[in-house]
Amino acid sequence: MTALSLKPTNAEIKEPSNPSSVDSEKYKMIAENVTISYDKTPAVKNITMKFKERSVTALIGPSGCGKTTFLRCLNRMHDMTKNASVTGKVMIDNIDLYDKSIDPIYHRRKVGMVFQKPNPFPTMSIYDNVTAGLKLNGVRDKKILDEIVEDSLKMAYLWDEVKHDLKKSAIELSGGQQQRLCIARALAIQPEVLLMDEPASALDPIATQKIEETIMELKKEYTIIIVTHNMQQAVRVSDYTGFMYLGDLIEFRETKKLFTDPKHELTAKYVQGQFG
Amino acid sequence: MTTTSQRRQEYRNLFKQNVEKRLLVDKVVRIIVFACVIIAIIPLGSILVEVFKNGMSALSYEFLTEAPGSIGSGEGGIGPAIQGTLIIIGLSSLIGVPIGVMSGIYLSEYGDNRLARSIRFFNDVFMEFPSIVLGIFAFLMIVLVLGHFSVWAGAFALSLIMFPIIARTTEESLKMVPVTYREAGTALGLKKWVITFRIVISAAKSGMITGILLSVSRIGGETAPLIMTILGSSQFFSSMDVPMDALPLRIWRLSLLPYDSAQLQGWGSALVLIIIILGINLGVRYFFANRKNGILGQLVKKGLHAKN
Repeated sequence: MTALSLKPTNAEIKEPSNPSSVDSEKYKMIAENVTISYDKTPAVKNITMKFKERSVTALIGPSGCGKTTFLRCLNRMHDMTKNASVTGKVMIDNIDLYDKSIDPIYHRRKVGMVFQKPNPFPTMSIYDNVTAGLKLNGVRDKKILDEIVEDSLKMAYLWDEVKHDLKKSAIELSGGQQQRLCIARALAIQPEVLLMDEPASALDPIATQKIEETIMELKKEYTIIIVTHNMQQAVRVSDYTGFMYLGDLIEFRETKKLFTDPKHELTAKYVQGQFG
Repeated sequence: MTTTSQRRQEYRNLFKQNVEKRLLVDKVVRIIVFACVIIAIIPLGSILVEVFKNGMSALSYEFLTEAPGSIGSGEGGIGPAIQGTLIIIGLSSLIGVPIGVMSGIYLSEYGDNRLARSIRFFNDVFMEFPSIVLGIFAFLMIVLVLGHFSVWAGAFALSLIMFPIIARTTEESLKMVPVTYREAGTALGLKKWVITFRIVISAAKSGMITGILLSVSRIGGETAPLIMTILGSSQFFSSMDVPMDALPLRIWRLSLLPYDSAQLQGWGSALVLIIIILGINLGVRYFFANRKNGILGQLVKKGLHAKN
């Protein structure tokens, strides 16, 4: 299928510019007045959030509160959902992701995403999974690919377990390994932002711990936004936490403050485990 | 609390009574299902047995390679028919497979609109068309226009039979691929066609191949459209513009002849056709069953591991 490969041209990945009023100096990503509706029923209501560079932001809240919906809009994943509509702005490096003139592909290459369930490409090897985003975008240099595979797998704490068997099919890995493979795959495209949707929800405590270690390590270089059901996890890995409830962002502060001194009654009840 | 626990005991007894009945129903269903399979298999199996029994004695090197001798002589073979069948299957696949696969991709990946819904509907209707109608269509469109029988007309008629089948099975196989793989591809910044061709299709490959093989088997046995388009011949292929033979046509003609030798050759031809179709099926599956995926590949791999 080499005939179908595409070469990235500079023209294709042109940097669009549309300056915004929002002060984005310190912020990697800003969501401004974002409302997301499914069939005109809003699931996320008018949320504004700013994400600092090299920080971890956790989104918590009871099931159905819109965490995942909001996270997906940060990468324009709702384009794939027919009945979903998004209003508002999502700025990455001062460029609005929802600007009509912008091809979302440009942004998605800046943003890595890890899904709730591990979803490695089933017909590909470990190596091919990690390089999928690069190879299928035209990167052919074997030396670079090898380097990136090793680097990405090391960052995802998977390298030592698979380095002797990179040709093995990805679906032969355990669930936890598959999820770390998906993290490596997301990191391989060298994103600047990493979105994680409950990355550890299907994993055992040891695998969870490994993923959390990975997140702590990645924080040094990336802006990470993580959706989690696990409040202890939010406390352990995040710098900031947003509490969502029924589509509203109730409270968004530094993690320590939100958990020790919640301003809002709902937040207090939720973090104390009184509902959820 | 005593009443509740007493009541529970009653429930338990109720379930115990039901166990016998449920097991019985289970057995009966199993027997019915099994009986139906047998009923379905008996005719199929007996056809196969009959074809092998009667056809085997007709097989010889001459029978497979030579052109038919004079009618009723029992001499000669079905060389032109075998050649013609391979040519017509090849040509039809060359036309039908790409169009069918691409239509299936459109219906599955881009087909969430009114146009696609109507295409899907007509496609399903088309699939049920009697093949002779398609033969007449090819006759009108190509044979009458050109003024002579043509191999192209045959390939065209058969590809018309192929592509609704392939489009449908391709669409269904692609739809079976979980949306999570498409999401993963999208999140990697891949374009839609790259996701479709490099990720989704490779995951759906096995189902798509099944559909293609199904359609190949179907056209391999088609007779009526070929009568209208390539007519049949006793000579080897010489040009696209003259009549050509094919196994189903040969079987049909031979079976109408009142000679025992011709009947025998008819059985032999039927056996050859079955073997060719079986061969194409096994060959294609084996070719695509590489080590990473596919049942055969995995079996081979497991066998190797077991030996080590």
